Amino acid sequence: MVIKVLGSGCSACKKLEANVKEAVNELDLNVRIEKVEDIKDIVAYGVMKTPALVVDEQVKVMGRIPKVKEIKKYLSN
Amino acid sequence: MFYWLDQLIEYLVENVFGLSMDTQLGSSIHFFFYDTIKIIILLSIMIFIISYIRSFFPPERTKKILEKFSGIKANIMASLLGIVTPFCSCSSVPIFIGFVEAGIPLGVTFSFLITSPIVNEAAFAVLLAAFGWKIALIYVMTGVLIGVISGAIIGKLKMEKEVEEYVYQMKTAEVNIIDPSTQERIIFALDNVRDIVKRVWLYLLIGIGIGAAIHGYFPDEGFLAQYAGPENPFAVFVAVILGIPLYSNAIGTIPIAEALIGKGVGIGTALAFMMAVTALSLPEMILLRKVIKPKLIATFVVITGIGIILVGYLFNLLVPIIR
Repeated sequence: MVIKVLGSGCSACKKLEANVKEAVNELDLNVRIEKVEDIKDIVAYGVMKTPALVVDEQVKVMGRIPKVKEIKKYLSN
Repeated sequence: MFYWLDQLIEYLVENVFGLSMDTQLGSSIHFFFYDTIKIIILLSIMIFIISYIRSFFPPERTKKILEKFSGIKANIMASLLGIVTPFCSCSSVPIFIGFVEAGIPLGVTFSFLITSPIVNEAAFAVLLAAFGWKIALIYVMTGVLIGVISGAIIGKLKMEKEVEEYVYQMKTAEVNIIDPSTQERIIFALDNVRDIVKRVWLYLLIGIGIGAAIHGYFPDEGFLAQYAGPENPFAVFVAVILGIPLYSNAIGTIPIAEALIGKGVGIGTALAFMMAVTALSLPEMILLRKVIKPKLIATFVVITGIGIILVGYLFNLLVPIIR
């Protein structure tokens, strides 16, 4: 599984990244977390409002910061 | 609506602080506490309502809606959606690319980009607190009007060449819009209330503090009315020019504007200043420079600036009639 955090480095994106790390730790998963900061790569996903969460190339959340509990839901399926 | 609060603070000033309402200090303290509590209550309610509506209109959906319209109708829709679509300056570039790539005309994209920062829930709430319903609603309507007209003009100027080449070559994916549950929408709205209040409270307090000092200690009428009163057409122009580099927190400027208006500054002059601060911000232009050439940025600034100046005049004329 590959998790990507899309965002151009604003505070909301950093918060999402922290939540993702926490969710991964709680589930004790061995996954790669990538940060996608280039605007061209972000819009390639069709995302217009950051931060966004992409799990295995599927956009799960965009334009808001999901809670750890919600992120765990996306990672468990 | 806030008569109870007014009375409560008056009671506090007179019985707890032991000051008369007629003293400079007493009236300053009253202004400070009354305004702070009133603005925070209204701000929280407004942000909650708008954020909830907002959760139905992510920019990805706005794009789909706009693809269905053409001509001036598209400019009007874009401007109206600019009110409810979530937007912070770090999203302006991806939104611009997404719109252009979807084939939405440049002028329509600008209608959206112009209205979005001018009309925001925080400014609306504070205007409501300071001036009441009529002024707050007229502010929203004129914000939409500026977006529609400026966008339509930019569209007529055929400036597609002034967009950076690479924007047209980008490919964006169709994304499936995931609709949150009602519970998630409420959480999202509450999060927004917390975020925005956390971000603006300090500016707001500083603004209200300065406003309170002006309210209690500044000489009435006279000097300000003479230089920046509604009768001075030049004042609006100067206010807009001043507002461009002053990308401060617009929310903090409102209580100051409220106090200054109480001392004789024209409402239109004060509102034009606020609109210029939010709509013509330097950081926004620097971000947009990534996707559009300087000539188009300059065009956008000039057209929007003229629109705001005209709105300033309009308010200076209208307000004495409707208040």
